[in-house]
Amino acid sequence: MSGEIASSIPVADTGTDRAELALGETTPGDGEPGGSGSAASDRANGILREIFSGSVTLTVLSIVLALVAGGILMAATNSNVQAAAGYFLARPSDTLSAIWQSVSGGYVALFRGGVYNFEATNFATGMQSFLGGNGQAGSLGYATPLIAAGLGIAVGFRSGVFNIGGQGQVLVAAALAGYVSFAWNLPVGIHMIVAVLAALIGGAIWAGIVGLLKARTGAHEVIVTIMLNYIAFYLLDYFLHTPVLRAPGSQNPQTPAAQPSAILFPLLGNEYALDFGFILVIAATIYCWWLLSRSNLGFKFRAVGENPRAARVAGIRINRMYIYVMLISGVLLGLAGAYQALGNPSGVTGFGGSIDAGIGFSGITVALLGRSRPWGVFAAGILFGILQAGSYTIQADQQVDPNIVPVIQSVIVLFLAAPPLVRAIFHLPAPARREPKAKKPSATTPSVPTQKVADAK
Amino acid sequence: MTAVDTRPAEPGPVDPDQPSASADALLARRSWKSPILFGVFAILLFILLVPFGRGGKAIFDFTSTSQKDAYQIPLLTLDSHLTEIITAIILVLMAAGSAYFAVKRRKMPLWYVIVFTVIVVFGFLVWTSADTGHNLTITSLLVGGLGLSAPLIFGGLGGVISERVGVTNVAIEAQLLFGAFLSAVAASLTQNLFVGIIAAMVAGVLVSFVLGAFSIKYAVNQVIVGIVLNVLVLGLTTFLYEQVLVGNASVLNAPPQLTVINIPLLSEIPIIGPLLFSQTIIVYIMYVAVAAVFIGLYRTRWGLRLRAVGEHPQAADTVGINVARTRFWNVALAGAVAGLGGAFYTIGSVGSFSQDMTNGAGYIALAAVILGRWDPVRVTLAALLFGFAENIGLAAGPMGSAVPNDFLLMLPYLVTIFAVAGVVGRVRGPAAAGRPYIKS
Repeated sequence: MSGEIASSIPVADTGTDRAELALGETTPGDGEPGGSGSAASDRANGILREIFSGSVTLTVLSIVLALVAGGILMAATNSNVQAAAGYFLARPSDTLSAIWQSVSGGYVALFRGGVYNFEATNFATGMQSFLGGNGQAGSLGYATPLIAAGLGIAVGFRSGVFNIGGQGQVLVAAALAGYVSFAWNLPVGIHMIVAVLAALIGGAIWAGIVGLLKARTGAHEVIVTIMLNYIAFYLLDYFLHTPVLRAPGSQNPQTPAAQPSAILFPLLGNEYALDFGFILVIAATIYCWWLLSRSNLGFKFRAVGENPRAARVAGIRINRMYIYVMLISGVLLGLAGAYQALGNPSGVTGFGGSIDAGIGFSGITVALLGRSRPWGVFAAGILFGILQAGSYTIQADQQVDPNIVPVIQSVIVLFLAAPPLVRAIFHLPAPARREPKAKKPSATTPSVPTQKVADAK
Repeated sequence: MTAVDTRPAEPGPVDPDQPSASADALLARRSWKSPILFGVFAILLFILLVPFGRGGKAIFDFTSTSQKDAYQIPLLTLDSHLTEIITAIILVLMAAGSAYFAVKRRKMPLWYVIVFTVIVVFGFLVWTSADTGHNLTITSLLVGGLGLSAPLIFGGLGGVISERVGVTNVAIEAQLLFGAFLSAVAASLTQNLFVGIIAAMVAGVLVSFVLGAFSIKYAVNQVIVGIVLNVLVLGLTTFLYEQVLVGNASVLNAPPQLTVINIPLLSEIPIIGPLLFSQTIIVYIMYVAVAAVFIGLYRTRWGLRLRAVGEHPQAADTVGINVARTRFWNVALAGAVAGLGGAFYTIGSVGSFSQDMTNGAGYIALAAVILGRWDPVRVTLAALLFGFAENIGLAAGPMGSAVPNDFLLMLPYLVTIFAVAGVVGRVRGPAAAGRPYIKS
């Protein structure tokens, strides 16, 4: 056993079993030294079937469980509940009704903020929760960069590369897009395109460094991307304190507002905030779908992701693939950065050092929830966008801190990753086991990295 | 088949060494990475120190703020220009020396790397403080650096234990943050520091339980569990902080702080005394922990079993070691160690908890684990490197450095990338780390 990998992060070694890729549930595969007997592959196939037999059910149940967990948190920290719990034995109904009020109030507020505001005067205003407008970004507004980032990370996952550097790539992309948007004078239309392109190039460069280092020196991408996150942060901070990015006459580390010609234009008139960025993200999703399931390059990506050694034997230059993967991943994260800089709120006001808004890391959970499939990521991004938009209403209505949302999101992903656990909680029967090797999963199985760890035999 | 594994057309000699359990064997082949890295640093420093050298005086102040030293070292005043030139020459010579090691196919000794790093830092300090009118307060620079390193060392040791037993630990950040949170709350509620320390360990263990359960029992990808746990704990602690702690700060978030324990006599030694022997109990525990993990890992039955499970779980299983149990409890132990590092943030220094107060230290600790090649002592050194580099970045700005502050703060991260790409490259971690073991 020896190996190339620089990693404390040897990622799931799944060999040829694509089973678990969906959520990184791993099986011994063929990687277990010296022994993957047929029993192991039975087990692999079993797990595989578990995932495919009820993936929609499991996703829904995971979301339910996460909402329950969020409800417990909301109830436990609610002051009315705490007060009523003080005399629980005397009047338990008070406690129960306080719990009900805090939880239902919270989730109703979340629904109003994220999906449809039924308290609005008319339908058009009510839809502003979802489509944005009247000062809100809207669920789709929050979803747009999340989908772009999730796609970028999913492409990496499918190719066996963990791109944890979303934050840095978004920051660099946003900085470049921001610079182009206010410093250059270009005609309407072209300006926006150039600004978006600048962001895409910025993301690609920042991620490309990682791909290059991984291919050339074997430096592990997780470490390099994390370090580049910090470097991008301080780099942006430096430029925000110099006239390059700082608004003239301002002492705050904040860029000037973008010129109107560079801002992503609204799609549905001025009533709604939904803008051209959403079209770009739909296009990106279609592109990723085509890339991963129809193109030659995508085939190589997946081959490298599933078994780098086999890919190499098949004549794929895997080091070159790592560079391409990171470039494409960076472009997609650059799109998220472009939206952050040129989208509605920050394009109008300018932005500071926290323009990435944690999208690089949220994108990872989005990619996981979407099982690294482009349209899955799209749906997951919209779900997370709804939660994000709703979190501000919960705060305003129920005085619940919006950080409940990352908790709910991460609990969803955790449960989704462990189907047997969800099944045990709901007393679901385990899916029937067939004879081993009955069926191979379809080629479109989603995946998380299955980078081959050091297992030269 | 070693490091060149994934490179299809890698020219050059095929490594004659059969893979062995020792990471050192891998380095036995002629590698030009280290000389190149050393050369780059030597040239950079040479350019900085000689053509762009800054004249004037660099004044080194070795006194400690507490002024309890048994002997006061006088101020050391150096002529900046001369010192810069001498330093630059030494660095170039040392870089040439590293090329010699490469030619001879000899492994570069660890002390060589340490000496080189120290001289680079020294040269940079002389350059940056020259002619600023500020004294370089070496002692406080070192004390601050150790303070920043301490949680990284705990986190790094947690990472070493966990990964050596075969579970990739990306959740160090979560363990540190939860440790910080719980220790602050527990110590605040009970006004008892001992409870705070225990709570920090419990917090790390709780995170580890989730990591262990998901990665061992449910065979979920360990990196994913780790990342998700980081998000979860960050969200949870921030939520609870905003929702509960802020409103009841006097009850829930006002822990006492650990007092500094001066070790008699030793703490009066100049420089070393205030640095090493005038610290809180957590730092003393840290010394013990580093030694204990080092000895335990290589000299005890516990360590042998742990490493066996991490390297070849099937073999360990065959001889009767319960792989899943060994992994689970050692991951829990790793959580306890990392959790202690979390306590350093709250009761160990500032007292109260604030949101996201670890600010990515867990990821730095993870980098230290890889940089230190899963060896407790090297990991500790790597963590010290990060801590000191960060502190130089923090301290040099107010000293009137010529380099913008942001670039100084970037320093540790740049150094890591150079180190990972240059010195470490394709290193080999515990063979089975990251892979669930499913008994067949």
